Amino acid sequence: MHSKLLSTEIKISICFPAAAVKHLNPIVALMFFSEEERYVRANDRPSNLSYNYANNAIRTSKYNIFTFLPLNLFEQFRRLANAYFLFLLVLQLIPQVSSLSWFTTALPLILVLSMTAVKDANDDINRHKSDRQVNNRMVNILIDGVLKNEKWMNVQVGDIIKLESNQFVTADLLLLSSSEPLNLVYVETAELDGETNLKVKQALTPTGEMGDSIEALSAFKGEVRCEPPNNRLDKFKGTLTMNGQNYGLDNDKILLRGCTLRNTEWCFGLVIFGGPDTKLMQNSGKTKFKRTSIDHLMNVLVLCIFGFLFTLCFILAIGNAIWEVKEGSVFTVFLPREPGVNAGLSSFLSFWSYVIVLNAVVPISLYVSVEVIRLGNSFFINWDRKMYYPKNDTPAQARTTTLNEELGQIKYIFSDKTGTLTQNIMTFNKCSINGKNYGELYDFSGQRVEITEKTQKVDFSWNKLADPKFDFHDYSLLETVREGNPEAQAFFRLLALCHTVMPEEKKDGELNYQAQSPDEGSLVTAARNFGFVFRSRTPETITIMEMGEKVTYELLAVLDFNNIRKRMSVIVRSPDGKMTLYCKGADTIIYERLDHSCKKLMKVTTGHLNEYAGDGLRTLVLAYKHLKENYMEEWTQRHHEASTALDGREERLDELYEEIEKDMILLGATAVEDKLQDGVPQTIEQLAKADIKIWVLTGDKQETAENIGYSCNMLREEMKEVFIVAANTPEGEPSVAKARAGLFWLQKTETVQDEQVEGDYALIINGHSLAFALEKDLELELLRTACMCQTVICCRVTPLQKAQVVELVKKYKQAITLAIGDGANDVSMIKAAHIGVGISGQEGMQAVLSSDFSFAQFRYLQRLLLVHGRWSYLRMCKFLQYFFYKNFTFTFVHFWYAFFCGFSAQLCIDTYSWTTVNQFFVWGSLAAYFAITFTMYSSGMFLIFTSIFPFVGTVRNSLNQPNVWLTIFLASLLCVLPVVALRFILIQIRPTINDKVKKHLRPNIVYAFCGYEYSLMSHNTTNLGKDVFLQKVVLLLILLQVRYKTQMEAPPAPAPRRPVRRVSTRRSGYAFSHSQGYGALVTSERFLFKRPMKGRLAFSVQTDTPQPKLFRPIPVE
Amino acid sequence: MVKEEQEESPNRPDNTAFTQQRLPAWQPILSASIVIPMFVLIGAAFIGVGVALFIASRDIQLQELDYTGDDSAHPCYKCRSSTEKCTCSMTFSIPNLFKGPVFFYYGLTNYFQNQRKYGASKDDNQLYGDLDYFKDPSSSCDPYTRDSRNIPIVPCGALANSMFNDTFSLSHVVNGTQKIVPLNGKGIAWWTDYNVKFRNPSVTPLINAFNGTKKPTNWPKPIYELDTTDVYNNGFINQDFLVWMRRAALPDFRKLYRRITHDDYVNGLPAGNYTLTIEYNYPVYSFNGRKKVVLSNVSWMGGKNDFLGIAYIVVGSMCVVMSIVMLIVYAKFKFAEDD
Repeated sequence: MHSKLLSTEIKISICFPAAAVKHLNPIVALMFFSEEERYVRANDRPSNLSYNYANNAIRTSKYNIFTFLPLNLFEQFRRLANAYFLFLLVLQLIPQVSSLSWFTTALPLILVLSMTAVKDANDDINRHKSDRQVNNRMVNILIDGVLKNEKWMNVQVGDIIKLESNQFVTADLLLLSSSEPLNLVYVETAELDGETNLKVKQALTPTGEMGDSIEALSAFKGEVRCEPPNNRLDKFKGTLTMNGQNYGLDNDKILLRGCTLRNTEWCFGLVIFGGPDTKLMQNSGKTKFKRTSIDHLMNVLVLCIFGFLFTLCFILAIGNAIWEVKEGSVFTVFLPREPGVNAGLSSFLSFWSYVIVLNAVVPISLYVSVEVIRLGNSFFINWDRKMYYPKNDTPAQARTTTLNEELGQIKYIFSDKTGTLTQNIMTFNKCSINGKNYGELYDFSGQRVEITEKTQKVDFSWNKLADPKFDFHDYSLLETVREGNPEAQAFFRLLALCHTVMPEEKKDGELNYQAQSPDEGSLVTAARNFGFVFRSRTPETITIMEMGEKVTYELLAVLDFNNIRKRMSVIVRSPDGKMTLYCKGADTIIYERLDHSCKKLMKVTTGHLNEYAGDGLRTLVLAYKHLKENYMEEWTQRHHEASTALDGREERLDELYEEIEKDMILLGATAVEDKLQDGVPQTIEQLAKADIKIWVLTGDKQETAENIGYSCNMLREEMKEVFIVAANTPEGEPSVAKARAGLFWLQKTETVQDEQVEGDYALIINGHSLAFALEKDLELELLRTACMCQTVICCRVTPLQKAQVVELVKKYKQAITLAIGDGANDVSMIKAAHIGVGISGQEGMQAVLSSDFSFAQFRYLQRLLLVHGRWSYLRMCKFLQYFFYKNFTFTFVHFWYAFFCGFSAQLCIDTYSWTTVNQFFVWGSLAAYFAITFTMYSSGMFLIFTSIFPFVGTVRNSLNQPNVWLTIFLASLLCVLPVVALRFILIQIRPTINDKVKKHLRPNIVYAFCGYEYSLMSHNTTNLGKDVFLQKVVLLLILLQVRYKTQMEAPPAPAPRRPVRRVSTRRSGYAFSHSQGYGALVTSERFLFKRPMKGRLAFSVQTDTPQPKLFRPIPVE
Repeated sequence: MVKEEQEESPNRPDNTAFTQQRLPAWQPILSASIVIPMFVLIGAAFIGVGVALFIASRDIQLQELDYTGDDSAHPCYKCRSSTEKCTCSMTFSIPNLFKGPVFFYYGLTNYFQNQRKYGASKDDNQLYGDLDYFKDPSSSCDPYTRDSRNIPIVPCGALANSMFNDTFSLSHVVNGTQKIVPLNGKGIAWWTDYNVKFRNPSVTPLINAFNGTKKPTNWPKPIYELDTTDVYNNGFINQDFLVWMRRAALPDFRKLYRRITHDDYVNGLPAGNYTLTIEYNYPVYSFNGRKKVVLSNVSWMGGKNDFLGIAYIVVGSMCVVMSIVMLIVYAKFKFAEDD
C-alpha cells in the first residue's frame, strides 16, 4: 500500500475575457434577414400564420389510417426476405415453372405480413394515444383580449399564454412577465438536462411592467426576430422590437418546452417555437428501426444462401439440359415433348422450378419463428420477479420484443446519472465538529456498525419544527447539541444562516425549503432538525429558531458562491450586537484562509475529510470569524463603493471578499451523501467483470459527476490517472483553436497508452470539450483514448451530445451499445443506442416511452444483460443452427433426388407438411411433424380437398415397414454419435471453463432451462489473458449461483452494502452542485415585495444586478 | 406503495416454475463413465441388429428374369419389334423350395415415372370418379386430354396412357406337363388407393359413365374392360391400374404384379422347372429401358436389403472402435489441470 501513484488531474482551462461571456450583445436592429430567420409578431395570428410556422401539435406517430397499408407494406417489403418471397410467389404463378402450388408461399407470406402489420399498427396506435394526450393538455391562451382555456395543439406561434405554478411549459416561450419580483420565474429543467435544482429566468423589464394586466398584454405589439429552430438548449439569440426600441434576447428570457414552472404563481410568455420546432423536440432524435446483429447476420446468411441456392439450381439446370438431350428425347413415347420446348428452354424453366423447390433453404417460416422465439423471451423478461420493484409496483417490461438476443452482446453501456445511478436525494450523513466525528455507530467493543434501514433513527420529536423525513442515526450528536456545546451550536447556527435557501411556510410550522441545489437544502434541513430552524428571511434579516428560541440576525452582506471562489459567506449581526462572518466552502479553499491557531484541529478534520471523501461523500468545511465593529464599518463602506463602481467591479469585489475571508476559525466539516440507487456499485462491478464498459453521460456538473464516479466505484484511488478535460469555450474562432490545442494531449496519451493497457485510467470530459472532440478530425482520437480508459464520464453534455457519443461508439467500434436513462434528456441517447433502457416509475415517462426495455432500478440491468440477454442469445443461436441444419437436410435431399428424376423438379418430400410444421410448431417440431403428417395424409383430408392432397396413403404404406424405421434409427444415431464422441474427446483434451465449473458444481446433471448455456462463455478463453480468464470464471460462478439460488425456497435479499472504505489520498474539491448562488437576489432590496411596483424603469436590471447565469458555468479557474 | 407480504400486487409477476424459468431440465455431462460404456453398448447392439438384418436379408430368395429380348438368342427377341400380338416364353428352374408367400413383380429400368411433368399429367378429380371431370379433364393431362376429335380422354394424362400392359402366366413343369400356377391379383394395390383415392363413378353399369369419352390412345381396351374375369375389378379401382398409377420413386423400379398364394403353392414354389409365358406388348427399346420379371419372398424386415444389415454392422463396429479411442484419450489426458 505504499508508493501509490497519486491521481493527477490535468486541467485544461481556457479563460476568456469578460466581454466574451457578456450575454446582452445588442444586435443591430436593421439586420439583413434571410428566410432562415424567425419573425414573430405578438398578438397577430394572421401575420404569423402567413409564415406557416409549425403550431404546437406534435406528432410522433408514423402512419394514419390511409397511409398505413401502403407505407407499412413498403416498409415490410424492404426486408430482403419478404421481397424474396414475393418474387417466389410471382414465379409460382407461372404454370410452366411452378413446381408447387402458389399458396404454399402465399399463405405464410400473408401470415407474416399481417402479423407484423398488426404489431406495427398497435405500436402506432400507442404513439397516437400519447401524442393525443400531450396535445390535449390545457393551457390559457390570450385571444382577442380574453384568456381562453385551450388545448396545447391549438397554440400558435405568436400567441401569449399564461402558465401557472407546477405546469409544464407548453412551447418555447419568450418570458414576458411574472408574479415574482424582478420578473423572475423559477423552472425545473430536469426533463431537459437532468439537473434538478431550480433555475431562474428573468423577463425584460419593459415587458415585465405589463404584469398580469390583460389589457396591457393584449395590446402588446412586440416583434421578435430570432434564430431558426435548432437543438441547442443553452443558446438563444434574438431581438425584441417594442415601441420602436430593440432589446437583445438571450437564453435567460426563454422558457423551454419540457421545463416545469415552480414557485411562481403565474407568468406570461410569447410563443416563439411550437411543437416540432421546440428545442425539446429538436433534441429528441429520430426514431429508428432497431435491428439486432443477429438480424444482420441473418441477412448476410440469407444472401449467401441465395448465392448457394442459385448455384445449386444452375447445376441442376445444366443437368436437366443433359438429361433432356440424352434421356428425355428418347422417352417421348410415354412423355411427349410440349410443343416449342427444347432442351435449352426446358433447362431454363427447370432452373426456376428448382428455385421454388429449393426455397426451403430460406424458408419464410424462419422469420416467423425467430419473431416467436423473441416474443417468448420478452415474456420471460416481463415475468421475472427478480426485476420487479415492489416499492412502486413496477415489473420490468420488454417494450420492443425484437431485441432480446442483443442484450447478451452489449459491450458499452451509456448511463445517465441523475435518477438512474442516483436517487437524486441528498442526505446529511456525517459531520465533524471540533475534531469529533459524528454520524457513525460503534458497538461496545468499538467496532463500526453498518447502518441499515433497520437501525434505530434519532428521535426528533422534541423539535416541533423538525422535518419528519430527515434520518440520522448517531444519538451522540443530538446529545452534544442539546447539552449546549458551543462549537456544535455554532456549527448548526452557521448551517442555518449561511445559505441562499428560501423558506415557504404555508401553514404554521410546516416549513418548506426552496434550495437552489439539493445539497444546500439538505444542510439547512439538518440544522433545522438539530434545533436551529431557519424560519424566514428578508433582504436585511434572517430569522431562526435556536433551540426553540426565536432569534433574528441582521444580514449585513452575502459573499456569494461562484465557481472560482468555491465558498460562500454571510456576515450577520446577532441581537446582542456581535458581528460574525460565517463561511462554508470547499476544503482546499477554506484551509488556505484559516487562522494559525486551528492547526491542530485542521489535522484532525483533514483525517475526517479524507474518510468522507473515501466514502464518496460530498464535503464542505465550515469556518467563522468574529468581526470588529470599526473594521466592519470601514469594509462596508468600501464594499458599497466597489459594488457601485462602473468598471472592474467584479475584481474589486473579489479583492474585498478575499480580504475579509481570512484568519477564520475552523468549526468542522459536513458530509452529504448523494444517495445512489440500491446496488449500483455492485452492479457496475459485475458488469465490469463481464467486460462491459460503462460510460456516464450527464448534464450535471463535473464535480458532481466525478463524485458519483467515486461512490459508484467507477473511479478508484488505485487508478493510475484520472484525466479531466474541462475546457470552457463559448463559440468563436480563436477559442476553437485553443480548445484544439487543449486537446492535443489526447494524441499524446494515445501513443503512450497504446503500448501498456495494464493499469486503470479514467477520463472525465465536459460538454464543451466534447463538442470539439466530436468534430471530424478529433473524434477518432477521442474514441481511442476513451476506449483505453476504464471509466469515461462526460459531464455537462446536452441531450444531442449524448446521442452523438453513442453514435460515435456505434460507428467506429462496431460494438453493441446500450443506453439507460430516466428523463427526457436521455431520449435521444436511448433512441440512438442499439438498445435503450428507461427507468420506469419516476414522474417523467418520456424515457420509458422511447425505450426498448424498462424497469425500475439500475441494478436490474445486471440480470437483464447477464441472465436474460445471455439466455436469449444462446437460445436464438441454438434455434438458428437447428433451423438451417434442418432446412439444408431437406434441400439436399431434393438436390440429390434431382439426379434420379431427370432434373424435373419433382418433389420427393411433400412441402405442405414441412411448411406447416415450420410455421406453427417451432417448438417440439418432431412431435408436431408426425401429428400433422398423420392428419394431413389421412383419408379425411383427401375427401375434402381431392386435388390438393394427392399424397394420401403414402405415410401409411411406408411407415409400416420395419425397414424404414431401422433406417431412420440408424441415420439419426449416425448423426449424433460422432458429435458426442468429438465433444467428449474435446472435453478431455481441451476442457473449457464450463466443463470445469460443471464438474465442480454437479457431478452429473446441470439443471438448466436450455442446454449448453455456457458454451458462449468459453468461446474465446484461449485468447484472453489470465486475469480476464479468471474474471470470467468468477462471473460464471456468480451466474450459476444466481440460478442455483433460485432453486432454494426464498433467496435472501442482498444486504445493502456501504461503499468500500478506502484510505483516500484524494481530497474533495467539492463545494456545491450549483454554479452560482442567487445571493444578489436574496439581498436585493425589492426581493420580497409581491407586487412589482410601477416605475421600475429606475431599476436597471441589465447593468446593476449581476445576473444569475444558470445554464452554463462561467469558465473554471 | 409497499404491499403486505400476503396480498400480492397484480403487477407482480407470478411465481411459477415456468415464468421464473425454473423448469427442470437436464443436460448430460459427457463424463467418461457415461460415454464410453454407452458407446460400447450401442456398438454391441448395432452389431447384433446388423447381423440379424443381414441374415434375414440373405435368406430372402430372389429370381430375376430379364425378358427385354435385345439378344437375338432370347426367346422374346422376335416380339421386340413386332406390331402384332406376340407371346414368348422363358423357362427357368428353382433348385430349392421358394418359400411362400411368393411375390410376382414386373420391373422396368431407365423409366422416369418420377419425372415431374409425367407425374403431374393426370386428373385426380377424374380418378376420384367425379363425372364433371370426365367431360372436361384438367389441362394438366396435356397432350392426353382430348383426342384428335376433341373427345375427352378418360383416364387422361401421360401416366395413365403409358400403363404397363404386358401380361404373364407361370406354369410349373410337373412330370412333363405344364401345370398353371394360380396367380392372385387381389389386394396388390395400396389400401388407401383402392378405398380412398380412386373411385368409380356410381353409375351402373359402369360403362354408361364413360359415354362421350375416349379410352387413352395407347390402350387396346377401355378402362371398364380391363379385367374380363372379374367385373368388380374394373374402372379406376382395377388393381393393375392402381399399381401403375402409384408412381415409382426411382427410374429403376419394380411393381407388384401378382401374389402366389393358392392351391399347392401356399407354402411357396417347390423346386423344379417353370415356364414363364409373356404377352409382349410394352415398348421400352426406344429409350433403352429393360423389362424383367422378379419373383421374391419377404422377411420380417421387408424385402431383400443387404445394405442395411451391413450398415448396422459397420456403425456398430465404429462405435466400439471409437469407445477404445476415447478410453485411450481419457486415460492420457483426463482433466490435466484440476483446480
